[in-house]
Amino acid sequence: MKMKWTLLALIFAVATALTGCENPLAVFDPKGPQAATLSDTIILTIWIMLAICVVVTVAFIYMLVKYRASKQSKDYEPPHIEGSAVVETIWTAIPIIIVAFLSIVTVVSLKDVEATPKGYENKEPLVIYASSSNWKWHFSYPEENIETVNYVYVPTDRPLEFKLYSYGPISSFWIPQLGGQKYAMADMVTTLHLLADEPGEMWGRNSNFSGKGSAHQLFDVQAVSPAEFEEWVEEAKAKSEPLTEEKFDELLKTEHVGRQTFIGTHLEFSPAPEGSHNMDDMENKEDMEDMEDMNHDMDHK
Amino acid sequence: MEFFERFAVPHPSFAIYASMVGIALTSLAIVVGLTYFKKWGYLWREWITTVDHKRIGIMYILAALIMLLRGLVDAVMLRAQLAIPDNTILDSQHYNEVFSAHGVIMIMFMAMPFLFGLMNIVTPLQIGARDVAFPRLNAISFWLFFMGAMLFNIAFVVGGAPDAGWTSYFPLASEEFSPSVGTNYYMMSLQLSGLGTLMTGINFLTTIFRMRAPGLKLMQLPMFTWAMLVTNVLIIAVFPLFAVALAFGAMDRMFGTQFFTIGNGGMDMMWANLFWVWGHPEVYILILPAFGIYSEIISTFARRNLYGYKSMVASMVAITILSLVVWAHHFYTMGQGVLANSIFSIATMAIAVPTGIKIFNWLATLRKGKIEFTTPMLWSLAFIPTFLIGGVTGVMLAMASADFQYHNTMFLVAHFHYTIIPGVVYAFIAGLIYWWPKMFGFMLNEKIGKVSFWLVAIFFNVTFFPMFITGLDGQARRMYTYSEETGFGPLNLIASIGAIGLALGFIVLAYNIYWSTRYMPRNIGSDPWNARSLEWSIPSPVPVYNFATLPHVKSSQAFWDAKTKGHNLFPDKVEEIHMPNNSGVPFIMCVIFFIGAFSLIFDMIPLAIASLIGVFACMAYRSFEANHDHGYHIHVKEIEETEERLRGANK
Repeated sequence: MKMKWTLLALIFAVATALTGCENPLAVFDPKGPQAATLSDTIILTIWIMLAICVVVTVAFIYMLVKYRASKQSKDYEPPHIEGSAVVETIWTAIPIIIVAFLSIVTVVSLKDVEATPKGYENKEPLVIYASSSNWKWHFSYPEENIETVNYVYVPTDRPLEFKLYSYGPISSFWIPQLGGQKYAMADMVTTLHLLADEPGEMWGRNSNFSGKGSAHQLFDVQAVSPAEFEEWVEEAKAKSEPLTEEKFDELLKTEHVGRQTFIGTHLEFSPAPEGSHNMDDMENKEDMEDMEDMNHDMDHK
Repeated sequence: MEFFERFAVPHPSFAIYASMVGIALTSLAIVVGLTYFKKWGYLWREWITTVDHKRIGIMYILAALIMLLRGLVDAVMLRAQLAIPDNTILDSQHYNEVFSAHGVIMIMFMAMPFLFGLMNIVTPLQIGARDVAFPRLNAISFWLFFMGAMLFNIAFVVGGAPDAGWTSYFPLASEEFSPSVGTNYYMMSLQLSGLGTLMTGINFLTTIFRMRAPGLKLMQLPMFTWAMLVTNVLIIAVFPLFAVALAFGAMDRMFGTQFFTIGNGGMDMMWANLFWVWGHPEVYILILPAFGIYSEIISTFARRNLYGYKSMVASMVAITILSLVVWAHHFYTMGQGVLANSIFSIATMAIAVPTGIKIFNWLATLRKGKIEFTTPMLWSLAFIPTFLIGGVTGVMLAMASADFQYHNTMFLVAHFHYTIIPGVVYAFIAGLIYWWPKMFGFMLNEKIGKVSFWLVAIFFNVTFFPMFITGLDGQARRMYTYSEETGFGPLNLIASIGAIGLALGFIVLAYNIYWSTRYMPRNIGSDPWNARSLEWSIPSPVPVYNFATLPHVKSSQAFWDAKTKGHNLFPDKVEEIHMPNNSGVPFIMCVIFFIGAFSLIFDMIPLAIASLIGVFACMAYRSFEANHDHGYHIHVKEIEETEERLRGANK
């Protein structure tokens, strides 16, 4: 039974490593409230699960050691036991209580991460359209009227609303240090609420397999103070070329590119597939036109 | 020449050319060998045309073991590529093809046939039946599975392998983003084998409901048979849906329909929904039989009756129902909102309750037992702590909010290997070793068996535990490479070393089969494990008619009570037994199916239509044949002689 002890020791070692601060794993190194909520939730559940594992494993080892045949007399006849209503009710009830508790934790944390972070409701969110194409990320800032490729600057302490969609296969937009991931799809726009509460550099990626180049569909995230963000916007506007429709189509066709910056966004000539995410909405005439526009763009590609 | 160009591999490599040569040489060796030893007739009469559930079961298991080898080779290739950062053993396209093949083969062509093999061999014996309800349909099921598996396996040397993952999500799997014929192979081969699976489900559910021995009530079925009952209910519930999804996917690719395309009203996430409405119950189709196997083995070697029989049955029924309403937990990240995600989260976590009940019942079965550590028991015991880790991480993944951080990462990969390998693979190996003497009349060597067990049990953890950690550090799954700065290197190297040990464990298992076939003694009696259910009351290997006279059953462990309380299981006198005839039609029909599917894959419509007509011709032939094919009778004298010979030699 050496294996079980090794396993147990391993679990403890890992739990210590996970919660330690020496060189924390990405998910446990949050740079914003959403990621912090998730990190706390995960650590809480790891402890609960660890406790369950220890209890069951101890019971298991006890049975094996105590009731092994080599320890018992030759004429021992194990009894016939049908079961016990009381005992079985107890071990049905305990998991139900644990699941009920975890359900509450889930719903509460889910509501938190699917909305503007608490305490920032009054601040106007920065809207960034993040669209995926094989195998790049395009970041459009409609308000600032600039667009970047494969890197994104965000101001700290301001709610971020990422509007996600894709020019091809389903991609998943993920910046683990800012929060959870969400799918970017071709026929609808999803919204991801994030916030960075300290400046720093992070990585983000498409975590959903989307073909040959998806391993390289990474992007840089730079969280900077609001003042520095304004500076960056001004600088981007001063130094960049405008994004034309031809330029964008060419970009869509290129599989891998480095960081790029443009004045203007592709939303003007290739709008996001907003509002056409289900069949009911399709009855809406405007949406139909949106869809047609989008197909038109797809054909271009 | 232009016609043949379509069969070329679009993205060739040395390994693929080497495989072509290997496949050609192996096929040649088989043909030459069969001819030299004059075994063609034997093969045709005894195996290809058989309708005997035991032989069909053995063929299923043989196919499963070969597919296990293929899946294992794929796995080792994947781990070799990921062993160090920026590795170049496989390029992106090959890596994608290999992990797609690994998933499809392990689930559909290893686990499923392994399940059907054990189900075929054991279920009729446990309920005291002479065969399944529809023996010939059973043969068609097997050959459909076999043709599906072969079709999938030739993809990588004829036309190109599928490269969109075992889930084959659209629009990645569409003609636009996956232009080779690979995904056509996926659609057609799973369609064929899925059709076989559906027939098996109907066949065995009918068998369990209608062909039980006199006196055997549903609430007295051995737990393995109960597991088969609920499994077959699930199969009948969800496989038709998968057939429809596959047909939609195939039509999108072949005929330009727009079910899952982007634009023109197609909905890509519709595929994901349909796939998982089938796919989630599918994993329970695999795990419920495993629970049945563990129940049999743990009770046998704890030398005790199974604790909490009724709650074991109730929990399996509960899992069956819950498994149908949790599919959306595979894509919490689709953005379906807080309410929907909460409902699916809670439903998913609820599965932990019946699963927990089962674990506690097994522990209670061990209590006050007299535990013997035979190899089947070792596999079953190792399941408990290992599967526990898979189970609790499953609860963690079920929490939709936290899942936003686990989704698409190696954490998920670690979780489902922690459930499927201890849950399903350990169970099937345990079952194979446990029922091996019943199938072949000799046992597998215990010493070699224990070596293979410890190798797998230890190196499994070495391989998959590190993935929990790299997943939490942000390593995404299905990515063919990672850079050194990510820091994923050391743990991935450990995982890859573990994979070598794991592969070694399975090689020792294969060696055990070879060694035991040659050297293990043949006089083992009908009940070598001192077991409890009906299959151990008849000779090993089992005669073609199974039971000379039908058993009369009074309890849930009929054979054990017969041994200990002196019940007479077989009070009847031997009478003539009516048996079904062998037939070559199922095999021929499925070969035509194969040709039809192959021609659809390569857009050869006339041949596909001709094949369809051929399939209907086979069915029509059967409906006329049925008028004069009345089977055959085994006479009393022959039965008595067989029983005398088998039982006489045994004890």
